[in-house]
Amino acid sequence: MASKSLYSGRDPVLKKRDDFEDVLEERRNSSDLRYALRCYTPALYKGLVPCKASMLKSIVLQSDSLQYVVGQVSAECGESREAVQEEAALLLEEMAHRLQLGTIRFFAFTLSKAFKALFRGVCVNEEGIQRLQQAIQEHPVVLLPSHRSYMDFLMMSYILYTYDLALPVIAAGMDFISMKFVGEMLRMSGAFFIRRSFGGDKLYWAVFSEYVKTMLRNGYAPIEFFLEGTRSRTGKSLTPKTGLLNIVMEPFFKGEVFDVNLVPVSISYERILEESLYARELLGVPKPKESTSGLLKARRILSEDYGSMHVYFGHPVSIRSLAQGHISRSQHNLLPRHIPQKPTADTQAFVNDTAFRLVRLQEENMVLKPWVLLATLLLQNPDGMDLSTLTEQADWLRRLALAFGAFLDWPDHEPCSKVISSSLALHKNLVCVSGGRVRLVVEELPGAESATEEAGFNRAVSVLSCASYRNQILHLFVRPALIAVAMQTANCSRKDEVFNCFNFLRNVFSNEFILCPGAAVQDFEEACYLLGKCGAVQELQQDLVMSQSGQTTLAFLCSVLDPFLQGYQVVCRYLCEELEENLLENKFVPAVRSFTLQLILSGSLKCYEALSSDLQKNALAALIRLKAVRRVKAGDQVTLKVNKIAVNSLEDTLGKTNPCLRRL
Amino acid sequence: MFLKIIHACKTSKRKVQLSFCCMRSILSLSLSLSLSLSYFFFPFRHDIMKWNGWGYSDSRFLFNKKGQAEFTGKRYRLSGLILPSLKDWFEGTFGANLQHKSPATPALNVSAVPPPNLNESFVEELKAAGVALSQEPEDRVFRSHGHCLHEIFALREGRISRVPDLVVWPSCHNDVVKIVELACKHNVCLIPYGGGTSVSSALECPPEETRSIVSLDTSQMNRILWIDEKNLTAHVEAGIIGQDLERQLNESGYCTGHEPDSMEFSSLGGWVATRASGMKKNIYGNIEDLVVHIKMVTPRGVIEKSCQGPRMSTGPDIHHFIMGSEGTLGVVTEVTMKIRPVPEYQKYGSIVFPNFQQGVACLREVAKQRCAPASIRLMDNEQFQFGHALKPQVSSIFTSFLDGLKKFYITKFKGFDPHHLCVATLLFEGDREKVLQHEKQVYDIAAKFGGLAAGEDNGQRGYMLTFVIAYLRDLGMDYYVIGESFETSVPWDRVLDLCRNVKERIVRECKERGVQFPPLSTCRVTQTYDAGACVYFYFAFNYRGLSDPIHVYENVEHAAREEILANGGSLSHHHGVGKLRKEWMKEAVSTVGLGMLKSVKEYVDPSNIFGNRNLL
Repeated sequence: MASKSLYSGRDPVLKKRDDFEDVLEERRNSSDLRYALRCYTPALYKGLVPCKASMLKSIVLQSDSLQYVVGQVSAECGESREAVQEEAALLLEEMAHRLQLGTIRFFAFTLSKAFKALFRGVCVNEEGIQRLQQAIQEHPVVLLPSHRSYMDFLMMSYILYTYDLALPVIAAGMDFISMKFVGEMLRMSGAFFIRRSFGGDKLYWAVFSEYVKTMLRNGYAPIEFFLEGTRSRTGKSLTPKTGLLNIVMEPFFKGEVFDVNLVPVSISYERILEESLYARELLGVPKPKESTSGLLKARRILSEDYGSMHVYFGHPVSIRSLAQGHISRSQHNLLPRHIPQKPTADTQAFVNDTAFRLVRLQEENMVLKPWVLLATLLLQNPDGMDLSTLTEQADWLRRLALAFGAFLDWPDHEPCSKVISSSLALHKNLVCVSGGRVRLVVEELPGAESATEEAGFNRAVSVLSCASYRNQILHLFVRPALIAVAMQTANCSRKDEVFNCFNFLRNVFSNEFILCPGAAVQDFEEACYLLGKCGAVQELQQDLVMSQSGQTTLAFLCSVLDPFLQGYQVVCRYLCEELEENLLENKFVPAVRSFTLQLILSGSLKCYEALSSDLQKNALAALIRLKAVRRVKAGDQVTLKVNKIAVNSLEDTLGKTNPCLRRL
Repeated sequence: MFLKIIHACKTSKRKVQLSFCCMRSILSLSLSLSLSLSYFFFPFRHDIMKWNGWGYSDSRFLFNKKGQAEFTGKRYRLSGLILPSLKDWFEGTFGANLQHKSPATPALNVSAVPPPNLNESFVEELKAAGVALSQEPEDRVFRSHGHCLHEIFALREGRISRVPDLVVWPSCHNDVVKIVELACKHNVCLIPYGGGTSVSSALECPPEETRSIVSLDTSQMNRILWIDEKNLTAHVEAGIIGQDLERQLNESGYCTGHEPDSMEFSSLGGWVATRASGMKKNIYGNIEDLVVHIKMVTPRGVIEKSCQGPRMSTGPDIHHFIMGSEGTLGVVTEVTMKIRPVPEYQKYGSIVFPNFQQGVACLREVAKQRCAPASIRLMDNEQFQFGHALKPQVSSIFTSFLDGLKKFYITKFKGFDPHHLCVATLLFEGDREKVLQHEKQVYDIAAKFGGLAAGEDNGQRGYMLTFVIAYLRDLGMDYYVIGESFETSVPWDRVLDLCRNVKERIVRECKERGVQFPPLSTCRVTQTYDAGACVYFYFAFNYRGLSDPIHVYENVEHAAREEILANGGSLSHHHGVGKLRKEWMKEAVSTVGLGMLKSVKEYVDPSNIFGNRNLL
C-alpha cells in the first residue's frame, strides 16, 4: 500500500478491478420498510472510545487545544474567556451533526423509493466494501468520494447502511442549512456543516479542526468529505483542497493515532441529475439557492431515466505508508501538541501531493459509459456525424481507451450499434438522430435569428452539457494529448525538445487537469509508454517519432485538448486587447464571457467551450500562477494587473501549438 | 563446597597469577582451604553462572516430562515450584509447541574461539607488575558479550566472533592506574567489564579493532572501603555487585536503596558508566542523585573532585562527563555513595484498573501530587496475563477458591473486561505508620480512576516477574521464541500514544517481515517523574519458518525505536546507547552536543585506549 506502489503498475490495462453488484436489485424484490427497519450492527473500530454526539461536543469544548485558542482570542480581543467560550459553543452548535439511526432508517426507506425511480441500478464493488470493513476495524477511516452531484453523500450513507458498515459523519457546506427542514434532516443523518470561508477566524478554525480530530482520534465514525471541495460542474476532477486533509492527517503526524486509512471512492453517473443546470451555471446563470421548495419542485426529475450509477470503493491508502520517509513526526516533540502550529513547508507539500494522488485514484476508478466516447467524438464534429461513422469511430476509440486503461462499462455481448443506439436514446435531451445523422440538440428559439446571443447561449448549453461527459475521460487522455500537442509544436523530434514543450503545456494546464505537482517526468514517461504501446509513436534513444499509423491517434489527441488551447488563448487575447486599466477580479468572468460571445457571433471563433466560466477561471489562475497577471488588493476589492508582454507571449506560444489557431 | 571448587579448578585449568593486593583479598579463603595452590582459584562469579544465558547455572525454567513448567534451583521464591498455567500461556501466546525444540549448543567449543592476539611486551610488564590475568578461551568468551538477544543467540548456536585477547583482574585503584599506564604505553585497547549485564552491545569487541583487546574485569575490586555514619555515605570499590553491596550494607543497618532490575549481577561501576536507574528511585533517587564522589582512571590520569560537598557550583559537573560515558573515557574505580538506614517496614500492594488509560491517568495524578511510593509500576493487559501465567500451583483448595472469588468480583461484579484490565504494582517503604498512611493516600487516588486494591500478593509477584523475565527468555529460546526488552522515557501527555503506537508498530513490522504468529508486544510504565514516565517494552515472537530470525528481530527493534523517537520518547532512559543505538545519537543530542562529547573524548583519550566505540 506504499505510495510508490500506487502507480507502480506501468501498464494500466493490467490493473485489476473488482466486479460490481447492483444494490437496487434486492430493493426491487423485497420490502423497503423491512429493509429500513432491519437490525443494524456495524463492525466498529477496535480502538473506539464510545461516546454520544452530545458527549462529543463537550469533549471538544473542554479540549486543551480549544481552551488554548479561547484564551488566546480572549486576550487578543479583550472579551472575557467565558464570552469567547460561549461563542465557541455556539459555533459548535451550528456545526455539529446529530447522527441518529432513526433518520438513517427514514432515508433508507425514502431513498430506496427514489433511487429505484431514478436509476436502473446502483452498482457497488463488494470487494471494496469488504476491504473497507476491514479498514474500519483497524484504524480510523476517512472516506473521500468524488463529487459530481448532490446525490453523492446521500448515496454514500445509503450504501454503507445497506452493507451494515459504520455510518460516516460528513463535512457539508453551509448552503444546506438554509433549507430549514432538510438541513436538520441531513444533520441527523450525519452531516456537519462548515462555512465556506472563514479565512482568519482563529476560533472557528479551532472549533472546526478540533471537532473533526476528536471524532477521528476516538474512532467515532468514518469521516467523509469531498477533496474537491465542491461539486464539479464540468465532469472533470477539481484541484483538491487540502484544508480538511491536513486536519485528518494531523493526529497521525502528532502520534495520536497509529495510522489513518484514506479510502478514495469513485462515484460515476451515467446521466447526471444536474446536467443542464451545471451548463447554465457555467454560462453565468446563477446557481439556484438551495431551498426546500426548490427541492420539491425538482420532483419531476423522478420521472426521468438516469441510467445506472457506479460506486467504486478504492483500496484504503495508509497515511503511515505514504508518509514513510517524507514526514518526520518528531518535529512535534518540542511543542505541546495542543498548541496550534502551521504545517511546515514539508508537511504542506506532502499533504498536497497526497491530495493529488487521491484524486487520481478517484479518477482511475470512475466507470466510463459508452456515451462518454460518443460525446467526445460528437464534440469534435460540431456539425454532426453519420451514425455509421460514429459507430465506426466509437469502436476505434473504445479500443484506444481500453489500451490506455479505461474503466469502460461497455456491454460485452451486444453489437456495437445497439450499444450506441441505447446510449443515444438515454441522452435524447442532448443528441438526436435524424436521417442517419447524429447531432446535438439545441433548443430552437421560435422565429429568431440563429446568430443572436440567445441562440449562441442555447448552443453553448448543449455543448457544455455534452462536454461534461467528454470531460470524464480526459484524465485518461490528458497526458498523451499533451505529448501529441508538444510533438506538433516542437518542430523537431528530439525527446528533450518535446519534453520541454510538454512541460510548458503541462504547467499552463495544471489548474485545468489533475497533474500531480512535480511529477512532470513521470507523467511524460507514462504517456510515452502509452503512446508507444498503442503504436502511435516510437521511442528511440534520443527521439520521439510518430509512427506511420499514429496520425489518427495523435490527431484525435490534439483535438481533445483543442477546446482548452483555444479557450486559454481567448482569455489571453481578452486580457491583452480589451482591458481597461483597473479590472476588478469579480468582473473578469462576465467580461471575458461577453468578449468570447462576440467572437463566436462574429464567426471568428467556433469553440463554444471557451464560454465556460470554469475554463476562464482556471486560465486566470494559471496566468496568476505564471505571474503574467497580478492580483492587487485594495480594501475589499481585488483588481487584476496584467503584464501584457507576458500574456501576449503566452498567447503566441499557445498559438504555435496548433496552426489553425493562429487565425484567431 | 570444597569438592566443587577443586573441580572448578581442574576443569578450567586456570592459570592465574596473583599480585599482593589480590593475596590480601583472598587470604582468608586460602587459609580456610588450607591449601597451597600454584593454580589458584578466585571466587569468580562466572563459575556459577551460565555462559550462554541469563543468571545462575542452577536456576532455569524448563518443561518437565509432564509438560508442566518449573523453575529449578533454590535461589528465588519461584525456585522449585510448578507453574501450571505457563505452558498454555506460552503455547497460546506464541503459537509455540513443546515438540518443536531449538536447544542450545551444550558447551563452549574452545576451538571455535580465535587465538588471542597478544601484545607480548604489555603482557610481560603486566605480569611483572603482578596483575592477575588470563588468556583462557572460556574467560575471554565470557567477557565478550552482554545480554542482547543477538549476543546470546549467537552463543547458543556456538558462534563466536571477536573476543577479548586477554582478561585482567585489577584488585584495587592502583592496579587500574598501572594497567591503564601500560595500555597507553603499548597501545592496547581496554574494555572495562563490570557485571556483564549490558543490553546495548556495549561489551561487543569492535570487529575493526586491530590492536590487542584487553578486558578489564573489575570484579575483584569489590570492597566497601569505609562507611561514614555522620554524613551517611559509604566509599565503595566500583566492581562490587549490587546484591553484595546491599547485603553488606544491610549488615551495618544501611542500604543504598539503588535496585536496578539487574542488581543481582550488575556492578556499581556499570551503574555509573550507564546512568543506571533503580526501582526505588522515588525514595533514593537514580544513580546521579546517589553518588557524592567518583574516582575514575583515564589515559590522562585520575579524575575526581577535591571534596565531598553535597552540591557545587564549579562549572559543569564533571560527574556528568563520567556518568553515561559507557567505558569510553576510563575505568571508575571508587565511588562515594549516599546510604540510608534500612527501612523499618516494607509493604507490597497492587491495584486493578479497568483499562490502561485509567491506570496511566492514576499514575500521572500520583506523580502530580508527588506521593509516589518507593516503586509504582503499571502493567498493560498482556503483561498482566503474562504475570498471571507465572502463578505457582496453589497449595490449598481454599486459596484457589479465593482466587476464583477475586476474579469473579473484579470481572463480573465490577464489570472489568479481563481483556482490558491492567494492574499497578506498588512497593511502600518507611516507618510502619507512615507507610500505612501513604498507602491509603495512593489507594484513594486510585479509586478516583476506577482502581481497586488487589492485594499484596499480586504486587509481589509483579516484582518477581522482573527478576525471572530474563530466565524466561532462555526458556523461550529453547522453543523457537526470541525476545527482548527495551525502554524509553516520555512526557506524560504522550505516554498512552507512545505505548499504543510502539506496540502496534511491533505487531505490524513482525507481520510484514513474515513472522507467522502475532508477537507478544507489551509494555509497562515503570517509573514516574514530575514531567513524564519511563516505559518498558517486552517484545517476543516465534521464529519458526524464518531463515534469519535475528535479522528480522533487529529490524523490528530498529523500527520500534524509530517509532519511539517519532512519538517523543527518548533514545534511552537507563539502558544506555552502547553500539546498538549509536546511529541516533546525533538526532538525540544535536550535532553540537555530539561534538562536545567527542571533544571530551579526544582530550581524555586521544589514542582511543578505551576503544569499545560506544556512544559516539
